[in-house]
Amino acid sequence: MLAWTIYISFAGALVLALMPKGKGGSGHSAALARGIALVVAVAGFAIAIAGFASGAGKGRVTIVDVPWVPMMGIHYMLAADGISRVLVLLTGLAAVAGVLFSWNIEHRTNEFFAFFLALIGGVYGVFLSFDLFLLFVFYEIAIVPKYFLIAIWGSTRREYAAMKLALYSFVGSAMVLIVLLAAYATSGSHSTALVDLARANLPVSFQMWAFPVAFVGFGILAGLWPFHTWAPTGHVAAPTAASMLLAGVVMKLGAYGCLRVAIGLFPHGLDPWGWSFWGIGSWRDVFALLAVIGIIYGALVALAQTDFKFVIGYSSVSHMGFVLLGLVTLTQVGVDGAVLQMFSHGVIAGLLFAIVGRIVYERTHTRQLAELEGMYLGRRLPFAAWAFVIAGVASMGLPGFSGFVAELQVLIGAWVARPWWTAASGVGIVIGVAYTWRAMQKAFFTDRLPRPDEHPKEGWPKFDPITWPEVTATCLLFAATLIVGIYPSVLLNSIEPAVKALLAGGMQ
Amino acid sequence: MNYANLFRVTLPETALDVAALLVLVVDLGFLRKAALQTRIMASVLIGLFGCGAAVFFMPFQADGGLSYPGSTDLMLSAGGYAAIAQVGILMLTVLTLFLLIGSDFTKHVGEFVAVVLMAATGGLLISAAQDLLVIFVGLELLSLGLYILTAFAKRSGKSAESAMKYYLFGGMSAAFLLFGFSYLYGLTGSTNLHRIMLGFYGPTVIGSAPLVYVALVMIAAGLGFKVAAVPFHLWAPDTYEGAPAPAAAFIASVSKVASFALLIGIGTAAMHVFDGAHGVVRVTALFTTETPARWMGFNGPWSTIIAIIAVASMVFGNLAALAQDSVRRLLAYSAIAHAGYILLAVAYFSRGNISANAILYYILTYGLTTIGAFGAVSVVERMHGSDRMDAFLGLYKRNGLLAGVLLVLFLSLAGIPPLVGFWAKFNLFAAVLEVNRGVTPFTLVAIAVAMSAVSLYYYLQVLKRVFVMAPAEDGLVKGNPLTMGVLALITVAVVVLGCLPGLMQSWMAGFYAGM
Repeated sequence: MLAWTIYISFAGALVLALMPKGKGGSGHSAALARGIALVVAVAGFAIAIAGFASGAGKGRVTIVDVPWVPMMGIHYMLAADGISRVLVLLTGLAAVAGVLFSWNIEHRTNEFFAFFLALIGGVYGVFLSFDLFLLFVFYEIAIVPKYFLIAIWGSTRREYAAMKLALYSFVGSAMVLIVLLAAYATSGSHSTALVDLARANLPVSFQMWAFPVAFVGFGILAGLWPFHTWAPTGHVAAPTAASMLLAGVVMKLGAYGCLRVAIGLFPHGLDPWGWSFWGIGSWRDVFALLAVIGIIYGALVALAQTDFKFVIGYSSVSHMGFVLLGLVTLTQVGVDGAVLQMFSHGVIAGLLFAIVGRIVYERTHTRQLAELEGMYLGRRLPFAAWAFVIAGVASMGLPGFSGFVAELQVLIGAWVARPWWTAASGVGIVIGVAYTWRAMQKAFFTDRLPRPDEHPKEGWPKFDPITWPEVTATCLLFAATLIVGIYPSVLLNSIEPAVKALLAGGMQ
Repeated sequence: MNYANLFRVTLPETALDVAALLVLVVDLGFLRKAALQTRIMASVLIGLFGCGAAVFFMPFQADGGLSYPGSTDLMLSAGGYAAIAQVGILMLTVLTLFLLIGSDFTKHVGEFVAVVLMAATGGLLISAAQDLLVIFVGLELLSLGLYILTAFAKRSGKSAESAMKYYLFGGMSAAFLLFGFSYLYGLTGSTNLHRIMLGFYGPTVIGSAPLVYVALVMIAAGLGFKVAAVPFHLWAPDTYEGAPAPAAAFIASVSKVASFALLIGIGTAAMHVFDGAHGVVRVTALFTTETPARWMGFNGPWSTIIAIIAVASMVFGNLAALAQDSVRRLLAYSAIAHAGYILLAVAYFSRGNISANAILYYILTYGLTTIGAFGAVSVVERMHGSDRMDAFLGLYKRNGLLAGVLLVLFLSLAGIPPLVGFWAKFNLFAAVLEVNRGVTPFTLVAIAVAMSAVSLYYYLQVLKRVFVMAPAEDGLVKGNPLTMGVLALITVAVVVLGCLPGLMQSWMAGFYAGM
């Protein structure tokens, strides 16, 4: 059933791409395009929920398994385990919220939603593929729509940011392709199914180099420091819905690849080298160090930004550091936390980008914190202010929201593995509070008195009222982070057995 | 020589030549006074029937091909990889003829189509040739046709210039090739590929390794020119830019297919040597370390030479393409890069037909894609009189279909799944690693994959102008409906073959069934 999320997304994209363009005014065709996109996204979300509910308590369920390229042993194999189901759920949620927050796109509307749905379809595909080859195909399908979404509908330096993002992604996927070819040739099993490759007992010497190449290749998309630089520029330049998807699900593609492919297929790549340099004795230490640096570096840079959207962009790098750290702890609790953090960050970052990029920017037409400071948005846009307070608090990791449970588990897992990892990333959390607080205070709750020239004589001009799609999507994302924060077992019950199976020896 | 057998084996070539003569008769005789577009339609139709007849006659070729009198050694092979290449050449020829429709660069339509058909005949011959002389005659028949086609736009100075350049380079490289062939003959005493490969075990060859190197380098230079591999590529950008669109598409597709089929022929001959005197199957010195020498850890001199050319082509082609402003020159440099990828599989050639199939899969789908790309570029060009990047500004608004065609074809060239270009690449690199899993081939494949990541940049540069930037002028870009139909068909084929990659593999496997 879950496979239909992929098919309807691509079908929707195709319909929208072929839709005749409205002549002149085009208001009618734009409304139709929005409607189709919303129906497709909601249908995908509904299927994701149904699939999640019906999969409860089950392990891996194969959805489709047919030979695709028989001569090379490639199968069209879709399946879902607990991790896939959670991430598919996140994708559905992000798709619906993304369509709602792009309700005001008037320029080439049908093409926008066509690229949007093509991206969503690719993302669903990655999360559901259990053939390495198929996974790679979907992973690459997701690259091209990102480029066009940013280059056509973006803002600040959009062409530069779009090209940077596309090339970083493509270089990452080239590294993955090299590993894929090598694993295929080395295993000799004449199959690219993840299960078969995991069973193939690839030589340890092979895993030792394949693991870092695959981890970096996927990690580029997950914002792994120092390959993260596409993320802030890309997030800032992207239109709101695209930043929501980039931070919300596309970065998760990378993290998911790190878990499913790099750790799942090449577990011995994490073994100790047998020698150590300053306490770095395995690829695990190397990537944990990079993740911790990412956490602290992202947070510090976010603290220094003057552009509201850059604050959120760098905070994504910091939060994704927790995901990567959780993955390399290789402990049950740590990896659980990492997967939960993928979901949590997907929701919270999506919400933050929506508030900054859509609710605030579309009304104030500036993202400079210094200029926002003089606008008294706390009083003039109370909805935005309160939404940002809640999202910001969730992002800081306050108990009761999903981020708390996730980051706590990652930290516990890290403590079990190496205590100093926890100590260092704890600093990142403190800085996280600082930058969120600073942005919140500057953008919404400043008590600086306006200079005389700033205060308009005939009162403040009214902002456009908050529209229903914005309210609906905001409430949807709130609900998600609250439910998971208060009752995390709803996801953890699904994640835990899958992680356990994965850590216990690949995906047999 | 058995003339009945000769006739049977060369039936497809005969059909093409008859069609070529027929075109001349019809165009210069019956339709001399008719309108240009009518003459084009008539000539294209006759060409289409000629190619159709040739495909129809393929099954009538004698099994096993044409042998020398009193010997079992083949002069022309039939079936297998040669048949795949021949059918591919005929199909791509038809597609290039369709690009002629609606064009007006020449009034001599009949001659153009006739030369195309004769060049295709040369292509068919070299795909099947097993004898140095037949190879050389076939190559010259193909090449002479290409020089003429390049020069066909008589009103364009660029066309004449590029044809001259192409001709001079071509003449030089043919001389090199012939020089290399003469050494091979002198060393082994035969012009037959199989005999030559056997001869590599003889005492003459083993004692004269340097001469073998000279011969192989000369041959690599001659064939490197045909496939536009670095450093023999200098003609390609100018020819692609100056030649009329159908001629450029023909050079980029059919001529490449034929040349790679020839390389497959040499590889196959080298890998399947049956030594009757000793009753064993040997792998010749061309590919092994037995004799004459081991050099730099590669598998023998031929592999070494080809691998070096391959790396140079894919690195230089991709980097040079980054700086292009003319889309045709960009396609030329990308062609050089693609030739580099394919040459990797030539350098690491396998027994059986894994490598042969991977190379044919790549070159046939590449030919299909590149014909479509030239077709789309020529539509824009006819409107603007230029193939500069800026001519493509805002194309999505001015012709949505054409923009979609360019999107699919360029992404396929860049190797983005699920388009066919991606499968071709994967298939090819997997074939290389299947043959040899050593560090060297693996490094080469890694370079190729990294370079194809670079290529995305310049393909996106064109697509950026098509989709992202605003049009510089208003008004629609109109293409001939038939041309647009053909382009749409090619695009659909690229998508379908990409989504169902097994289709073409099983089609190709069918050709080996009878062998």
